[in-house]
Formats: sequence, structure tokens, C-alpha cells
Amino acid sequence: MSVAAVEVQDLSVTLGRSHVVRELSASVARGEWVGLIGPNGAGKTTTLRALAGLVSFAGHVLLDGCAVGSSTRREIARRVALVPQNPQTPPELTVAEYVLLGRTPHIGYLATETRADRLAAERAIARLALRPFAERTLGSLSGGELQRAVLARALAQEAPILLLDEPTSALDLGRQQQALELVDALRRDDELTVIAAMHDLSLAGQYADRLLLLDRGQLVAQGPASEVLSEERISNYYSASVEVLHRNGNVFVLPRREGDPCAR
Amino acid sequence: MLEQRERPSLRQKVCSRCGKEFGCAQGEPGCWCESIVVRRETLAELRTLADDCLCPTCLAGFAERDQRALGEPPSTNGHGTGSTWAKAVPHASIRARGVPLVWGLCAFVFLAGALLVALGIGPIAIGPGAIAESALSHLPWVHLHHLHSFEDAILWQVRAPRVVLAALVGGMLAIAGSAYQGVFRNPLADPYLLGVAAGAGLGATVAIAYAPPGSRAGELLPLSAFAGAILGVACAYLLGRSVGAVRTSGTLILAGVTVAAFMTAAQTFVQQQHAQTLLSVYSWLLGGFGSADWHDVVLVSPYIAVSTAVLLLHRRILDVLSLGDEEAGSLGVNIQRVRLLIVIAATVGTAAAVSVSGLIGFVGIIVPHTIRLLVSTSYRAVVPLSLLAGAGFLVMADVIARTVLSPAELPVGVVTAFLGAPFFAIVLRTTRRMAG
Repeated sequence: MSVAAVEVQDLSVTLGRSHVVRELSASVARGEWVGLIGPNGAGKTTTLRALAGLVSFAGHVLLDGCAVGSSTRREIARRVALVPQNPQTPPELTVAEYVLLGRTPHIGYLATETRADRLAAERAIARLALRPFAERTLGSLSGGELQRAVLARALAQEAPILLLDEPTSALDLGRQQQALELVDALRRDDELTVIAAMHDLSLAGQYADRLLLLDRGQLVAQGPASEVLSEERISNYYSASVEVLHRNGNVFVLPRREGDPCAR
Repeated sequence: MLEQRERPSLRQKVCSRCGKEFGCAQGEPGCWCESIVVRRETLAELRTLADDCLCPTCLAGFAERDQRALGEPPSTNGHGTGSTWAKAVPHASIRARGVPLVWGLCAFVFLAGALLVALGIGPIAIGPGAIAESALSHLPWVHLHHLHSFEDAILWQVRAPRVVLAALVGGMLAIAGSAYQGVFRNPLADPYLLGVAAGAGLGATVAIAYAPPGSRAGELLPLSAFAGAILGVACAYLLGRSVGAVRTSGTLILAGVTVAAFMTAAQTFVQQQHAQTLLSVYSWLLGGFGSADWHDVVLVSPYIAVSTAVLLLHRRILDVLSLGDEEAGSLGVNIQRVRLLIVIAATVGTAAAVSVSGLIGFVGIIVPHTIRLLVSTSYRAVVPLSLLAGAGFLVMADVIARTVLSPAELPVGVVTAFLGAPFFAIVLRTTRRMAG
């Protein structure tokens, strides 16, 4: 059996006095897309930050068989690229410069970019159809273009594992689909492993191979969308009233207003 | 899905290997080269062999070689194991902007002009030609018409050390300010942020007040001020870390404020206890180059040289830090170590500068921000240009300080603020108006 891309054993994270993630164990195969779902405060973002080595944790996190705890920041950054929910995008930086910053883990500490780095950044820019925008500043981009620039920066990192924190939360319906299709195409072409925290359960179900449902730091369900997304679970953990539809092998989660005045 | 996925337009190119002409879509999605699969190692090899894209025939040759090496039958499937698109071998057309040539030249000309003016202006005017001749005549084996030995002495024993020291201190304060603003991601950060000023002030006051009679305070003062400045920042850093949050730059700044307040109180106390020192302490605090000699220059240049070199080398890392601690961390940067290193470098250089010049304000804030407004916000431009412009700026300020009320002197800190503030206001207004 080949080594899993991400292997998590008894991951616990304590921030201050609160246990944000408790004894989470999971394994993600190479090339798999795993969706992290759960209500606000379930520990999705913290889990992603632990995988990227940005927060101290108890337990073990192995990336391609190498422990995060005993790797340098640079080694981790060559294995995982993280796209945060609200990335800092200095408005005066050009797209090209911003994407080049993604090459940091490959550039010597005090060195500057080599030709290979510039080529890698250029590939990422071409891959996300950002060529026409390469010399534009980040401040002049629309939300969808900015999201592509952030993805390009992560792609330029050339890490086999891509962590996405709410990758589509700032986008309209069409841009959400485009962004997710793009991530899926990148995953297939570049053989990336994708772990994405997502709020939209229908989208999460359609794009992810497998969903992990977190609640108060604990893994409460995992499996394909059709199994994980049930009306009962969503009502339990999200305190939401929804209807779950199964159509053409897809799962749709629809919010429903209880005691709809018109129904009376 | 994406509008740009349409068939891209081809451009005629010459194969960098065989010289044949072919059409190339410049690596855009949809280029023919996406159908040819080579291994990553081969692609890396191609990039070292060729400057630009290869023609279909040559590229296919490399792909076949790969398949032979792997012992697999040729296939056109683009998603095999370990394979990657040949994706052309294009020129890397993108690059990060560094110092724009025009602005680099401007900064050089400004500094050179300031140096010449400063050497020439004074109670006895010396023309640029005479300065150049005199400089050359000091080189071995060059025999030119000498200046009068009197003018020569004024030039090289009085003005030159003063001008060189002002340039060193100005460059140091400006580059340290730019680095502090980057590392704390705070536009108001200046080199005195973490207690350099308060520490140096305390050190200088102690030296002036407690210098044993008979010894020359002038020799003890720089050492004591230097030690005080380093002590101030070290206390601030240790206090910040003991609070457990060097991760957040805000805590470090607060620790700096705390230490500065404490040291200023101690300095005021010492000063009150030795009222006779009031005048000399006060004049030191205001800063100036009135007593500069070559000894001062020799004393501080090693510190300033090392500190400047370290900060210049960090210019790309400072751009990475502009993404915030979290993202810089996810890009493999050890934030705490970088912050410590930059703070140490900036502190040592600033402390050395302050120890011979006193507290000169405003340079560390106004110069980097002027460059941000006029040139670029990237630290690749801000850091090196701050060094040059800061040096020129303080040299000019010192010229004004010693000429307006000649033979009396204004404190140079008064000039930097008095002229710097309106200048900065003008730059701010015009650039914002253009941008808005």
C-alpha cells in the first residue's frame, strides 16, 4: 500500500483553554479531494492550520510519510500550500509579483528568484488564465480574478497537497463553480491532493470525493456525500432545518423555513 | 468554463534547438504542446538547454526518449503517472520589479549632488572643480594643482567627516525605518520604536552626568549611548517574549513603549539630579553633527555597513512578510527568527548612528514613505532607495542646519522635521490626488 498523502493520528489542538480540535484521526489518499464540513467553530480552519504546521498540536500529522512536527517550516511549505479564507493581498503588488512570492519555499533565505522560479510562477499564471492580468495590481482585480491569483500563488508553490479554507466564500454562484472546477482540473492534471473546508454543503458534496463532518473539534461522520449529508445530521450539528434531495447521484442540501407563513 | 479556454492565437517562432519555424501559443492553455508529455526531470533539463519553446518535432523526440527510458509504449494520454505537459520552454517574461532604473539614478544623483553641495558650502566656498582636484591630489601618484593648505584642511578635516557622517546616519536611519515598517507591518514604525531612543538618551545622560572628573565625556558618551540603545531594545524584546507573544508584533511594540517610558523616566531623574548637565544633555538629545570628526566615522561605519547589508539582503523576505504572519509562515518563513534578525540588524545600526549623532527624528519615517508614494511599495525598491535618499536627505538637512543662522547652528532634527513635514505633505497630496 502506498503512503497516504495526509495521515492524521489523534490530532488535538488547544488554543488558550479551549480544545478546538480533539483526537482527530483521518487519512487522505493521494489525489483525493476531501471536504471538511461542520458548523462555525467546529475546528475546520484550525485543522487546516495544524496540517500546515501553523499551530502547535498534540498527536501526529504525516505528509507523504513525513511528520509535520519534526520538519522545518520550509520543508512543510514544499509539501502543503494553504489558501486562507481571507488572504492578505497587498493592493499595490502586481499579480506576477504576488505569484512569485509563492516560490518562497524554493528560494534560498536571502536569495532572489532564479529563472526556474520565474518559469514556475509563469506556468501557474498561465494555468489559471491570468496572463492578461500579470502586470495588473491586485487592487485592480475583481473578486473572482483575485481568487484565481491566490490559487496561482498556491500553485506556484508546487506543493503536492493543497489546503483550501472556504475557497469560494467571497464569490458569486458562477464564480464559485468556476473556481471549484478549476481546483478539480488542477487536481487531475497536477495530481494534487485537495483538502477543502467548505460551508456550502451541496457544493462540498458535488466536488469532494469524501466529506469529514466536524463538530466541536471532533470527527462525527465521514464518507461519501450521500451518506454523510442526511437531514437528521444537519439538523443535529448545524441546528438547521433542511431538505436533502438526491438527484442523478448528487446530493442537494436546501435550507427550509420552518412554519412557513404561506403554508398555513 | 473559463472564457480564455478558446483556441489561442499562434505566433511564429524559431525552435531554439533545430532552428525550424513553428507556431506557438506562448504557453497559453490550448497550445499544442499540452498534448506532448515529458517527465518533470526532462522538462527541467529542457529549460537549461533551450531559452525558448521547441518545435513539435524536437519536443516529441524528448517525449519518445522518456517513454523509451520508462519502457512504456508511446501514448498521448496527458495524465499518466509522473508525467507533465511539455508546456513549452518559454522565456520567463514575468519578474518582480526591483529598483526602477530611473529612480535608482535619481537617488544616486541626489546623493552625489547633496555631497558636493555640502562639501562646497560654508563660510569659505569651495567649488565642485576644486573639490574634485583636491580629492584626486590626495591619491598617490597624482600631482595636480593643490588647494591652499588652509582650504584643504577645511575641506578634509572639517567638512568631509561631517558630511560623510551625516550620510551614514541618514542612510542608516532611513533603511532601518523601512525595515521596521515592513517587519511590524506598521506604517508608523520608526527605528526608535523599540526603545533605541530612550535607551540611548539614558546612556548619554549617564555618561555626561557621571563621567569621572578629568576623563573626557566625549569619548565615553558614544559607547554609553550605544550600550543604552541596545539595552533598551533587548529589554523590550525580552519583555515582549515573556508575555508570550512575539508571534504578534503588536505585543512587541507595546513592550517597546513600556521600556521606553521607563528609561525616559530614569533619564529625566538623572538629569534632574545633575542640573549642571542639562544643557549638554539637551543639545545631545536634539542631535547634530557639529563635533563630527573622522574618528566618529571610523567608529560607526563597521556597524552601519553590516547592518545595512543584512537589511538589504532581506528585501525580498520583507515583501513576503507583507502577506501577514500567517501566510508568510505557510510559505515557509520562520517569522519569529526573521523578525529577531531584522530587529537586531536595525537596532545595532541605529544604535551606532545615534551614539555619534544624537536623536534625529523623522528621517526613518519620511524617507521610506516618500519612496513608497513616488516609486513603489515593494521592499525591493523601498529598502535600497531609502538608504540612498536618506543619506542625501540628512546631508542636505545638515547643510541647512549649519548655514541659515551661520555662525550659529540649528539642531539638525529641527531641520528634518521643519522641511520634511511640508515636503511630505506635498508628496502625500499630489500622489493621492493622482491615484484618486
